[in-house]
Amino acid sequence: MNALPPSSGKLVHYVSDAPFDVQSVKRLTPEQERVYLASQWRLMWWKFKRHRLAVVASLVLLVLYGTIPFSEFLAPYNGSTRNTDFIRSPPQKMHLFHDGQFVGPFVYGKDYRLNMTDLKRDYTVNHANLQRIRFFCHGDPYQFWGLVPADVHLMCPADGGTLFLLGSDRLGRDVLSRMVYGARISLTVGLIGISISFLLGITIGGLAGYYGGWFDLLSQRAIEIVHSIPHIPLWLALAAVMPVTWSPMLVYFGITVILGLMDWTGLARAVRAKLLSLREEDYVLAARLMGAGTPRVLFRHLLPGFISHLIASATITIPSMILGETALSFLGLGLRPPVISWGVMLNEAQNMNVVALYPWLMLPVVPVILVILTFNFLGDGLRDAADPYN
Amino acid sequence: MLRYLIRRFMIMIPTLFFTSAIIFTVINLSPTDYFSNYVAELQAQGEKADMSRVEFLKREYGFDKPPVERYFLWVGGLLHGDYGYSFEYQLPVKDVVGDRLYLTILVSFSTILFTWLIAFPIGIYSATHQYSWADYGLTTLGLLGLAIPHFLLALLFMYFANVWFGLSIGGLMDPQYLNASMSWGKVRSVLAHVWIPVLIIGTAGTGAMIRTVRANLLEELQKQYVTTARAKGLHPFRILIKYPLRLAMNFFISDIGSILPSVVSGAELVAIVLSLQTTGPLLIHALQTQDMYLAGSFLMFLATLTIVGVLISDIALAFLDPRIRLQGGAR
Repeated sequence: MNALPPSSGKLVHYVSDAPFDVQSVKRLTPEQERVYLASQWRLMWWKFKRHRLAVVASLVLLVLYGTIPFSEFLAPYNGSTRNTDFIRSPPQKMHLFHDGQFVGPFVYGKDYRLNMTDLKRDYTVNHANLQRIRFFCHGDPYQFWGLVPADVHLMCPADGGTLFLLGSDRLGRDVLSRMVYGARISLTVGLIGISISFLLGITIGGLAGYYGGWFDLLSQRAIEIVHSIPHIPLWLALAAVMPVTWSPMLVYFGITVILGLMDWTGLARAVRAKLLSLREEDYVLAARLMGAGTPRVLFRHLLPGFISHLIASATITIPSMILGETALSFLGLGLRPPVISWGVMLNEAQNMNVVALYPWLMLPVVPVILVILTFNFLGDGLRDAADPYN
Repeated sequence: MLRYLIRRFMIMIPTLFFTSAIIFTVINLSPTDYFSNYVAELQAQGEKADMSRVEFLKREYGFDKPPVERYFLWVGGLLHGDYGYSFEYQLPVKDVVGDRLYLTILVSFSTILFTWLIAFPIGIYSATHQYSWADYGLTTLGLLGLAIPHFLLALLFMYFANVWFGLSIGGLMDPQYLNASMSWGKVRSVLAHVWIPVLIIGTAGTGAMIRTVRANLLEELQKQYVTTARAKGLHPFRILIKYPLRLAMNFFISDIGSILPSVVSGAELVAIVLSLQTTGPLLIHALQTQDMYLAGSFLMFLATLTIVGVLISDIALAFLDPRIRLQGGAR
């Protein structure tokens, strides 16, 4: 817009000779244009980034899940290696300096004595016994991914020494190594469980929300029924049904299926509620008038509208499955010992003795808490981002 | 409204029926039953089982009949207040459960109350101060409660109460009141003990509740009527109380029904660790020993409680929200 002539004196007839741009009012700044033209997923990403904790949480989770393929390499020992000379050894601290001199990462060895009055194993730090930690070294042999025989570890104890950074358990197995191995089972229980409940939830909730009618009524009652039975007793009853002869791996799948079967109700409800409100939208009617079939309307037009909400709510239910696994294992009905999971490890930490004498056996609770917290933050961030048009 | 109520009640009947059927099936899924376990156990100890008695009990409880018939016998009993017979305790289920039921209800309701009292103010604060440090801090604190497994928290509580304060916090009352009849001393003793399990069980619920309140309130706060109200000069606090909070409450009321099973489930593990005289340990033990009438009747009782809870919350919602009432109650 051109400036008006100075308003001194009488106004003369004036016509700006600059070409008139009709769009001048509507034009967006490049900044605005970027926002208005951004795709839904880009907007979500921008909104997600604002939840700082969620970003940190997603990084932590990436690292944790990243360890899963490399457990054997990352753990100093194998998950079931027993060191019968070092039963319930307290954690060894990692040091860098010995007598004021830099020697690199090392631990002090421990002297072991059986206390004859209370038959407790006493470990004392022996400051003369200096054990350097080796890196990228040969240690316990393992089958990498069950295929390639290997024995390289990220770090191993010094020759003839020990490396129990987080102590050892009642069979002399390294707690840290077991925690690394346990991540495999504990982190995937939730994923498999959530896939099952996702599938059930979307199918049942979707059909109920889209078609309504008797299927809706039926599924609503089914949800109410599953909801009304307290979870732990139901888990118990179902877990008790699994034959004792099943291999630990089968039990693991059984448990995930049980966890998934119990969990779909919330998701189904969410899907149904969303569909109920979305199917009345004009664009759905438009799609149908243009001849789109039911599957196309459902999957092409409706699902993208709320899939982000679903992902967010699924993220929030994964922790409950991880906790469910620990609860079942605590009761001795979940996974069984040859399998290493955080729940199985905590199962050994459930009495007073452990709290009082061997507190390091409770350490597997740290990753449990960490994972649950991070999943919750991630879920919160995703949910805030799920509806980017606000 | 009346039509809605009647409809809602009618729906409840098939729900209860199917719930009972599922519970009965789940309990009977196991290939063995209490009697075969019992006989096997006695034989393992080198004793001879009184087979005639076992046979009598089996006949008495219809184990020779097909499961369907047994199911109807059980449900028929439930309908006129006969909850069956506990094989393990050799007592009617009613007598086994007895006092424990009241204690369970006491613990559960105090827990729910505790959760609400803590979670509501925190949730509202976090929602109105989104992405502030207090928001992060408080939600993290709430989530921490959610993240720590109950049983471990109970164990730690027990240990440190003992080490630091010399308190014995196991149980729900002092030992001398265990089998005593009701008295003021007993009530006081129970009240002095009940806060610990309530605190432990409540931590998880609080975290979840904070998040629900926060999320629902946030969604409402973003809506345009809030902007309008502010533009018209209404005090922010008044807006909050008058409109978004009321809508956020809807979700909360509809949640009342489903809060109960989660409280009961959480309470069971804690009750085992703290050896509370509630129904949780009893139920778990019954499930493990396949004491089917004790387990089944009790599960049925809990399920009924929840279904009635959902009913109450539906009715409350219908009262509060005309949209639900007028649409015939499709939730």
